[in-house]
Amino acid sequence: MERRDFLKHLCWVISSGGIMSGLTADAWAAILNKDYDTTKHYYGMGIDIDKCIGCGRCMQACKTENAVPAAPFYFRTWVERYVIKTDRTVSVNTLNMESVAKPDVLPEKEVLRSFFVPKLCNQCDHPPCVQVCPVGATFKTDDGVILVDSKRCIGCRYCIQACPYGARYLHPETRVADKCTFCYHRLVKGLLPVCVEVCPQQARVFGDMKSIASPLGRFTRMNKIHVLKPSLNTDPKVYYANLDGEVN
Amino acid sequence: MEAAQNLMELSRQVVGFIYPNEIDIQWSILIVVYPYITGLVAGAFILASLVKVFNVKELQPTYRLAMLTALAFMLIAPLPLQLHLGRPERSYEMFMTPNLTSAMAMFGFVYLWYLMLVLLLEIYFEYRRDMIVWSSESTGPKRWLLKLLSLFSTDISEKAVAFDKKTVKVITIIGIPSAFLLHGYVGFIFGSIKANPWWSSVMMPVVFLFSAIVSGIAMVMLLYMIIKPLLGGKIDMKCLDKVASFLFYAVIVDFSIEVLDFIHRLYESEESIKILSQLVETKLFISLVVLQILMGMLLPLLVMAIIKIFKLQEEVRKLLYFVCGLLIQLGIFSTRWNVVIGGQLFSKSFRGLTTYKMEMMGIEGFLVALVLLIVPFVILAILIKLLPPWKKEELASN
Amino acid sequence: MKDFFKNLPEQAVRVVVLFLILAVGLLAIRQFIIPPEMKDPVIQKISSTQREAAKGIKYAGAEICAQCHEKEPEIKKTGYHRDLACESCHGAAQKHADNPTDVKPESPRKRDYCVYCHQYNSSRPTGFPQINQETHNPRQPCINCHNPHNPKPPTTPRSCNACHAQIERAKAVSYHALIDCTVCHTAPEKHKSSPRTVIPTKPDKREFCGKCHDKGSPKKGVPTVDMAAHGEKYVCWQCHYPHTLGGI
Repeated sequence: MERRDFLKHLCWVISSGGIMSGLTADAWAAILNKDYDTTKHYYGMGIDIDKCIGCGRCMQACKTENAVPAAPFYFRTWVERYVIKTDRTVSVNTLNMESVAKPDVLPEKEVLRSFFVPKLCNQCDHPPCVQVCPVGATFKTDDGVILVDSKRCIGCRYCIQACPYGARYLHPETRVADKCTFCYHRLVKGLLPVCVEVCPQQARVFGDMKSIASPLGRFTRMNKIHVLKPSLNTDPKVYYANLDGEVN
Repeated sequence: MEAAQNLMELSRQVVGFIYPNEIDIQWSILIVVYPYITGLVAGAFILASLVKVFNVKELQPTYRLAMLTALAFMLIAPLPLQLHLGRPERSYEMFMTPNLTSAMAMFGFVYLWYLMLVLLLEIYFEYRRDMIVWSSESTGPKRWLLKLLSLFSTDISEKAVAFDKKTVKVITIIGIPSAFLLHGYVGFIFGSIKANPWWSSVMMPVVFLFSAIVSGIAMVMLLYMIIKPLLGGKIDMKCLDKVASFLFYAVIVDFSIEVLDFIHRLYESEESIKILSQLVETKLFISLVVLQILMGMLLPLLVMAIIKIFKLQEEVRKLLYFVCGLLIQLGIFSTRWNVVIGGQLFSKSFRGLTTYKMEMMGIEGFLVALVLLIVPFVILAILIKLLPPWKKEELASN
Repeated sequence: MKDFFKNLPEQAVRVVVLFLILAVGLLAIRQFIIPPEMKDPVIQKISSTQREAAKGIKYAGAEICAQCHEKEPEIKKTGYHRDLACESCHGAAQKHADNPTDVKPESPRKRDYCVYCHQYNSSRPTGFPQINQETHNPRQPCINCHNPHNPKPPTTPRSCNACHAQIERAKAVSYHALIDCTVCHTAPEKHKSSPRTVIPTKPDKREFCGKCHDKGSPKKGVPTVDMAAHGEKYVCWQCHYPHTLGGI
């Protein structure tokens, strides 16, 4: 009896192992777009904290482009506001896209440091979310983007638990996991993710790490780079410049 | 939309800062019920294995009851998982394309293995001879059901029964690590999440396992004290005292492991200690300090120690065992609650706490959870009717 | 092998046969009846990536706008909004690009849009132009004075607080409130148009602050200290922050 079980399991191991081999560049090109070769790109994003003005245009544009539910409980990308006071207390808030346009009542003399931090899925190189998905519905593409197959996700929410950055949420209507995809449907057409597109300060910089000259390349050369929660060894591909130690 | 309104209200109860996507608790009470149920399965089986593998003869009266209890809860175990999925109709995918790096993917296989090759097989070999005898004594549908369950076997010779006994022992030996796997993998599901410091711990599968053993033994003890008199039998005090003894030792081990984890956390005082301390002192105070530790572990420990030291009277012992059994069930359920819900009440930013609003109705609500906890007892009643754990002679004699 | 089966009691044979039937049956179903797309992760990965790449685009990207609208990018190229994408203000415009005559993008013409970026918020990085919408030409649409494509202010700002509002507001309630920025900082004219490349100066000698704060200074009511014995290694602003009350 045990032998049959073992053979069964072996068959499954071999066929699941197919996911490791990936596909040839030709096959991908034939499927996606004649000119787009997934193996020739590897995407990452840079964010300069000193440039973010907390206008919330990225949050708004992302919700529009990716049909994210409008309620302020589901975000593919969001901006956090940190206020560090002179008594060393830290208060953090998620940016409210409407109240950012209203007058601010923070007492300046108590403030030691204050800044905005955009957050999104870090498209990790060692993604804990991909590791724990029981059915393989979330996976990493050859060009470095983590996608969720909304037709296969069973909504077990293990990936949401495993993400250290709070980047995932359960979509209230489709009841599957959802998250930032670096606007993958735009990348394959040579466009930028919308959050990068609409940022007024170019606080978000997008790049192809396999291309010779890209904004991300210069960004990572000229700035001291930090990533979120490096001790968890997720190898994020969203690189922060001028990131304060209070951000986690 | 009503859901958005509920979330709005919830967001007003947030303390500090949480990531915006964290407002909703993802794993609800159903995911508290599931490890509680599989814990009972594993624990009851371990008690049964004490009889067959470790030859603790005094526990023999509880053997069949423990096996039936394990089966009754095992049959319900997949339900809370199914009901909690966002897309339950796609759950078959775990069998089609299981992701081999995911602990959760092994659920279907481990469950099937344990149900088919351990529980059902062992119950079959244990009851086979009796089923054949009972089917010849019954009429109508019961007769045919028993025939079917015994796979239309007819041999009740000494040799065949001896073979059955030997097979039961072999299956139990295989069953012990299988039970560890059945419940331990749940502990690993939580323990392997590095993103969550409340869960991420090497001791998590061990804690899960020992609290499972505690709850399983306590449950069988409770059921033995209720069902045997109901069927007209008398409680075998030697058996009951032995069960309570094992329960006592199991609680000591479980408590020691949990205290070790606690001391270790406080001593190392890592980054998350501030928010976790706040979590325990505010949101989890009643469920952890009062229910899990004081009432669920320390009080039963004290009572059972007193029983051991002062050698109390039989009726007093029975009453106290019963109370302990109930307290322990409460305590272990709280343990599951504190792990599952507690781990989601604090933000991964370590800067805030949210609240769990358990709905009453709804597919993941309190009523569904209650039903899921009651149905196994109904199934157990049916199983006992069909496959009585004690023969008429046993009930009459003691 | 045959002996083994011959010696096996009949109940064991029944069990083995039952399990064999189940096992073979399940294997056969998986092998022959279940279609490949349900069990092959490689196929699923391709199909999922394909579906993701095929999603619709709502933001066209600034390059598309420039294909038809030649005037505005020319105006924008040299102004402060040169890094601002068209769709940041005009919203998602792919529909308009597909059907230019019938679908028009929105154009914020009142006071409610510019304030997302320009309403004063103390967490915005220093140097970003901010106003208080309640006192800054109330009720007038912003575009009356500022061309949104090249938003030079109609008059050169008198003081530094147009861009450095947070410092100004902190200074306004400090002991240095009546001291003009230019007393301590020399800002070349080019700083106003190219702020990051030409930076104003800071006093580099202790004697500068000592003019008022050294013991024996003629200024009345000014806290003095013996500069010879106080913090000798440092320039004053290395410890004191002169913009705030208390100078911390």
